[in-house]
Parts: sequence; structure tokens; C-alpha cells
Amino acid sequence: MEITELSVNGKSHRLEADSRVTLLDALRNHLGLTGTKKGCDHGQCGACTVIVEGRRINSCLTLACMHDGDEITTIEGLGEPGNLSQLQSAFVAHDGFQCGYCTPGQICSATAMIEEAKAGWPSFVSDDLEGPDRLSDEEISERMSGNLCRCAAYPNIVNAIRQVAGEKS
Amino acid sequence: MTAHHKMDKADSRNRLDDMVQGLVGSPMDRPDGPLKVSGQATYAHEWDVPGMLFGVLARATISKGRVTDVASIPLIGKDGVRAVITDDRLLRRPAQGGADEAPPQGSRQVDYFGQPIALVVADTFEQARHAANILKISYEPMANAAFDPEAEDTPTDKPEDDQLDQGDLDKAMADAPFTVDQVYRTPGHNSAAMEPHCAIASWDGDKLTLRGSYQMLNFNINELADALHIVPENIRMLSPFVGGGFGSKLGISPEAVSAALAAKEIGQPVCVALSRPQVFETTMRRSETRQHVRLACGTDGVLTGLGHECLVSNLPEEEFYEPVTQATHFMYGGKNRKLGIQVARINRTCGGSVRAPGEAVGMQVLENAMDELAEEAGIDPVELRRRNVPDRHPEQDIPYSSRRFIEALDEGAKLFEWHKRNKTPGSLREGDWLVGHGMAGAARVNILSEAKARVTLCADGTAVVETDMTDIGTGTYAILTQIAGDMLGLPASKVETKLGDTDFPAGPGSGGSWGASSAGSAVFLACEEIRKKLAEQIGSEETDLALANGRAGTGESMRSFADILDGQDISAIGHIEPGKTLEEWQQATYGSYFAEVAVNAVTGETRVKRMLGVFGAGRILNEKTATSQCYGGMIWGIGSALTEELVFDDRDGHIVNHDLAEYHVPVNLDVPQIEVVLLEERDALASPIQAKGIGELGICGAAAAVTNAIYNATGIRVRDYPATLDKLLARLPEQ
Repeated sequence: MEITELSVNGKSHRLEADSRVTLLDALRNHLGLTGTKKGCDHGQCGACTVIVEGRRINSCLTLACMHDGDEITTIEGLGEPGNLSQLQSAFVAHDGFQCGYCTPGQICSATAMIEEAKAGWPSFVSDDLEGPDRLSDEEISERMSGNLCRCAAYPNIVNAIRQVAGEKS
Repeated sequence: MTAHHKMDKADSRNRLDDMVQGLVGSPMDRPDGPLKVSGQATYAHEWDVPGMLFGVLARATISKGRVTDVASIPLIGKDGVRAVITDDRLLRRPAQGGADEAPPQGSRQVDYFGQPIALVVADTFEQARHAANILKISYEPMANAAFDPEAEDTPTDKPEDDQLDQGDLDKAMADAPFTVDQVYRTPGHNSAAMEPHCAIASWDGDKLTLRGSYQMLNFNINELADALHIVPENIRMLSPFVGGGFGSKLGISPEAVSAALAAKEIGQPVCVALSRPQVFETTMRRSETRQHVRLACGTDGVLTGLGHECLVSNLPEEEFYEPVTQATHFMYGGKNRKLGIQVARINRTCGGSVRAPGEAVGMQVLENAMDELAEEAGIDPVELRRRNVPDRHPEQDIPYSSRRFIEALDEGAKLFEWHKRNKTPGSLREGDWLVGHGMAGAARVNILSEAKARVTLCADGTAVVETDMTDIGTGTYAILTQIAGDMLGLPASKVETKLGDTDFPAGPGSGGSWGASSAGSAVFLACEEIRKKLAEQIGSEETDLALANGRAGTGESMRSFADILDGQDISAIGHIEPGKTLEEWQQATYGSYFAEVAVNAVTGETRVKRMLGVFGAGRILNEKTATSQCYGGMIWGIGSALTEELVFDDRDGHIVNHDLAEYHVPVNLDVPQIEVVLLEERDALASPIQAKGIGELGICGAAAAVTNAIYNATGIRVRDYPATLDKLLARLPEQ
């Protein structure tokens, strides 16, 4: 058994678990935070995206015991019904989902992605290494391509993110 | 109080058009949206069930044979392992959509590679997963397995009632000035819903509660009861949120029965989730197809002959086969016709329904062939289709219900500026990119399914809708709320829709695009009954009744529901059944697709730059969710055209690319800002709410628009899907 101190959405948890427990399963099976989804368990779909120390990661590809002392933000930490984040509200308004299973991952990913772009991180479709002046639809699509959506709400996911990224820039 | 209605005749009252609340048709946000975007929607794995153990299925590593031993003893009691379940009732195959009874059981017989053999249950997921991985299974393999559907010695059979030989197609082909005679192939597909299949079983004495991810609880409860040898009255199934289905969750799968058996044996709740590879291996695949299409037309472009003969595959004894020619029967005319299906019996994962079984691959190929015929005959592809819309069903001689195919073609051509396209293949180049345009028609059969729903107008002036119908992302929560709100004169905030619980009246289930029109009709009927009771209480006729914002009356004197009801709820069950309108008319939904692609002249990579879909599907219940369904279908079409392909090993039939890294569904950057146009339509023969299905129409031919555009861009016909770059590279035009 490994003992790990995790700070999740500003609340500290003492996790006592098997060293094989991924961060994803720790959240879902041990801390009761089931908003983070398991779509593939292999880092292929992005449904398990959470924000660790400010960066978006696939929580299925990392063990919980590697995150002692880390600050973790999950979908539950971004907002709740009645008090949704801008992105969460925009996803509802633009129908940026259908079944909703990839949605927490999409929103966590987009939340961190907007910050990455603001910090000048370039992407595969950026014209230069200084990063884009603004998030074009192509920039949004490229940067969100690690989050699969089989319902294929992609046009509306882009619409939702464009609205919020536009408001924030 | 039940309001029963059988759809034996047209209903052109268009009652929902007269309701003043104005919810139906509007792009209302999903009421379930806030829960989904905040991670609070409860999917199958996400129930807090005290004392829950974890089960992981162990799979077969042979393709045909018998299990001689499962070495359970060394594992039990060590490292948290509680049991290894090898009960004869374990499912060998998943249940087909609408089976309503147990699928083949008994996992000692192995029919395909990856079949579940045993369930390992442990205190934690990690313990169960490890034990399932090391569980030693011994086999007696059988040598006579078949893996190649096209091999000469593979056994095949023909479903007798799906063969048509009308007139003389050979003669029509010989006599016609213009013909197409080509063989096309489409690969196997996987639904790949984002939520892997999962079930949590818990028993209270003889009563089983199964929380799972299923599309059609009305059938699933009977499948589960039959499999467990118990009565359905002792089962409650809960699926309030389903993380995508696309056919893969129509019937129960191995996780349901294994969880229930394990929970009973151990006496504690058990959760069984399939891993992503297990979803590929042990739920449903869409069959690969070989399609021989023959088209013959005169100089006027009017079809004189149409042939569509197909080879698909499935496991031995499965009744389901990919109904490839489903829409070919009624889409276009042509007196001389030969349509048929042949099923190869092979040892691959079970073949079943994947989004729009039949049309998804059949329309895709038919619309490629029509494009080839247009080229042969020198007729514009849009015009060729316009000329071949039959007055009556070309085989059954019955009329069509509302059909907006020509309007969809014309509207699409106008919006896409089709007339501006370059007509000479391979001749429009922008830098390294060859640009092309293509179009295709869309069609999908329409089905009304038996459904019940209970609506209660509560004394406090709110309403509750209850049915075991599911919302798999389709928008059921939204549209049932809208229908009830309009019919009862309540804002959406005063209506609560409760779904996915077998304690509620049996809905139609989500499948075959029938969910919205069927469940919606049941809610509509229940509301009509409540309106009658309200009218009685205020002494008026139901049809004179005005209902708005929680008040009822006849115009001059509006009273609040609380006042009228005086503490008494009014509850009614609506019950819709399909009837003569489904038999005596050909009912379908129609549309058109237009696509612009760019094919890289150096690498052969195809990018979809623009895509438009125009659809007629009867009354649109929610513009926003209906549009999203169409996006989904069209993007599945992009996947079918360019990337999606199940690859099977020739030696043992196993799925080589059984995960999302190797089975390539479209990602965000693969998809442009797609445009969807929904045509105004009321189909009086389809349902009392004049709605038809729209969940699958978006895919039914979409891939053909993309590959027809590739032809226009490059001059290359890819008849072996998907159109990956290796199939274009060697044949690209000279630079």
C-alpha cells in the first residue's frame, strides 16, 4: 500500500492504495470523483483529462502514487450546476456534446489549452514558434484533437471554445 | 388510465403546431446538460454501491474449440481474489438488438478470438485485472474455423426473404447505352462509443438491481432474465445516462450476466467494466461488405436496371446480417432489379447493428455507383438522381409517405453553389492540393416502435414524464420535456423527464432512429388524455382548451393548474403501436450531402474542407439536438470514407486494431465546420407527432460524397474503403 497526499480541487486527500492504482482510478474508485471518465485506459481518447499543476494530462497514464503533493483540478473543481464555468456553460449553449461521456475531459482539456495558447505555446498548425495571435478554428481543432468524441460534436466543441477563448483574449 | 393508439391511418392534425408554449422544434438546451458538463451525470460505473467488488473478464486466445480447464484454484483467496466465475449461463455472444431473449450462452465453447471465458472477481480493480491476465485457460482447439469471408471454402447461406430477382437485369445491362458494373468493398466497423460497457449488479434476496449502459431496457430486462433463468419481475435495470451506444448497447453483453452471477454467488455487489479492447472484441462489429452494383440507364439517364448483390459475414447461427440493400429497394427506380444478400459464416467477433445498419454501407456504395453512372452518361450527378425518383415503390407498388429528397437535392446544390464546381477530374489545383467536389443522396428507413410513457400533471402545477426509454446522447431528455411542456402548457423548467428505469412504463428503446418519434408519440398521447381530464374539470372540450404557462381555460377565463386540480394529480399512460401506415406506405427519411475535399498531390492525404447536409425527417422536435445528430452521422461518414477499418488477422480472425489508437475514428482536426440544414416537413403517416427518425440519417451515404469528391479532385475511384493515402498515392495525377 502506498500513501499519497493529493490536493484535488483545493481539498486534500490522504490516499492509501495499491501502487498500481492510476490517478484516474484513484479519483473514480477511491475519492468518489467520477466526473473524470475512463474511455480507453490507454491514453488514446482523452476522456480522463485532468489538470495537474496547471497542465492537462491523461490521468489514466500516470500512477496516483507519482503525484504526492500535487495540485489536481478535475471537472468537479471547475463548476457545478447553478455555478458553471464559462466553458461549461458554453458547452451547454452550443450543444458541444451529445452522450456527455467525453465532455469532462474536453472541458478540462480546453480550460488548460486556452491558457497554453495565451502563454504563447505553438501548435502543429501555428505559423510560427511564437504561437498564434488568436485561437483560430484550426488552432482549436488541432489543440483539441487529443480528446475524441464519438458522438462527433466537434463543430460545436469548437464553437463553444471559440466563444470563451474570444471573451478571454 | 391508458391512451392507446395504433398508427393505422394518417394523422394530419399537426396538433403540436397549435400549442402556444412554443417548445417543440425550438433549439432548447438539453435539460441534462448541466449535469453532463459538470461531471455529475451518473453513467454505469459511477454509482456509489457499498461493498462493491470488481470483476474482470478473461478472454479466449483461440478462435474455435472448447475450454478444457480454467485454473481457478491457484488464484482464489490470494491477492484479494474472491471468485472465478465459469457458470454455464455466462454469455458467449452479445444479444442482438431487440433479441428479447438470452443470446448464446456457455463460454466453454469458443466461437471467436477474444470471447469471454471466465470472470475474475477481487476486492479491487487492480487485483482483478492482474488475476484475469494470469488466469490459465486450457483449450482443445478445432481446426475447421473460417476467417476469410471471401474464401472459396468458407460456408455461406442466403436469407431467403431478402433476395429479389425482378425482370431481366442481364438483358437491361446488355441493352443500355450507359452502365456501371463494379465491385466495392467496405471494411468492418466498431461503434466505439466513448463509455465502455459496464454493469454493477446487486442482489437483495431474489431481487436484482443492474445498473448498466444499455440502449433498450424494454428488451434488455427480458434478455437478462432469460439468461439468468429468473423472471423479469425480479429485475430492475437502471440506465439514466448512457455514454454513447451506436448499436453496441442495443442488447446485453457479457458484463451484465457475469456481474449478476458473480454478485449472487459472492453475496456482494459486483462491478464489471469491459476494457477498450474487450469492447472491440466482445460486443458487436459491423460486417465488412462486398457489394456488386450494376446500373443501367438510357440516354435520358432514367434507370432501366439496378443490381445490388452483397456478401456480408457473421458467426454461424446468428440471424442478424448487415441489411445492405435496405434502402436500395425503394430509393431509385428501374424495372429490372436483382438485389440479394449472402452471409459468410466465419469465426470473427459477432456481427450486429452499428449506427444505421444497412444504409450506412449500402447507401454509401449505391451513391458511388450513381456518381459513376452520372459520369458515364454525361449527366450532372444531382440531375441524375432527380430523374430516378420513383412515383411508387418499384418493387412493392405502394406509395411513399412524405419524401423530401428532391427538395434536399435542390436546396443542397443551391447552398453549396454546386454549379460552380470544376467538372473535369484532377484539374483543380491549389498549391500542393488537388481540390474536388462531390455529392450523394441520403436515405434511411423510418420505423415507429411500440412505446409507453407515463405523464403526471401534479397538483403543484409541475409535470413528470416517466419511461424506461434511454437518452444515449440523442436528446431524449430534451424532446420529451418539450412535447410534454407544449401539450400541457408548461415551461420546460416545470417538466421533469425521468428515463432509463425499468420500473417505468416500457419505452421503445434507443435504436434504429425510432426513439424520438415513438417515445415522443407515447408522451403526446398521455398528454392528450390529461388534457381531456382537465377539460372535463373545467367543463370544456379538449380541443377548445388553451394551456399556457401553467394555466388552463378557454381563452377568457384562465385558471392555474393548482386551482383546477385542487390537490389531485392527473396521471396517464400513453401507448403507441405501429399499424397499417408502416405496411401500406414506404416510409423513410431523405437528404443530400455535398463535400469539398483537398487531396495532397504529394502524399495522397485527403482533408475534408467543407461539408453540407440537407435533411428531411418529418417534424424536427429540437433543432439543436437534431442538428447535432446530423453532425455525428456525417462525421461518421468522414470516418467511413477515410480512416475507419477493422483489421482482422488472417490466421485466427482476431481484431488487430482493437483500440482507439489503431482504429481511427475522426478527431477534431479531421472535421470542418459542417453545415446542416433541416427541411420543414410533417409526415402524417409516420406518427401522431408527424416526426420521423433522424439519429442515423446523417451517415446514410455521407462517405460517398467524400469519395465522389476525391474522384473529382484526382480522377481516382476508390472502391475499396477506406480511401487511405496508400490507395491514392500511386495513381495521383502527374505533377
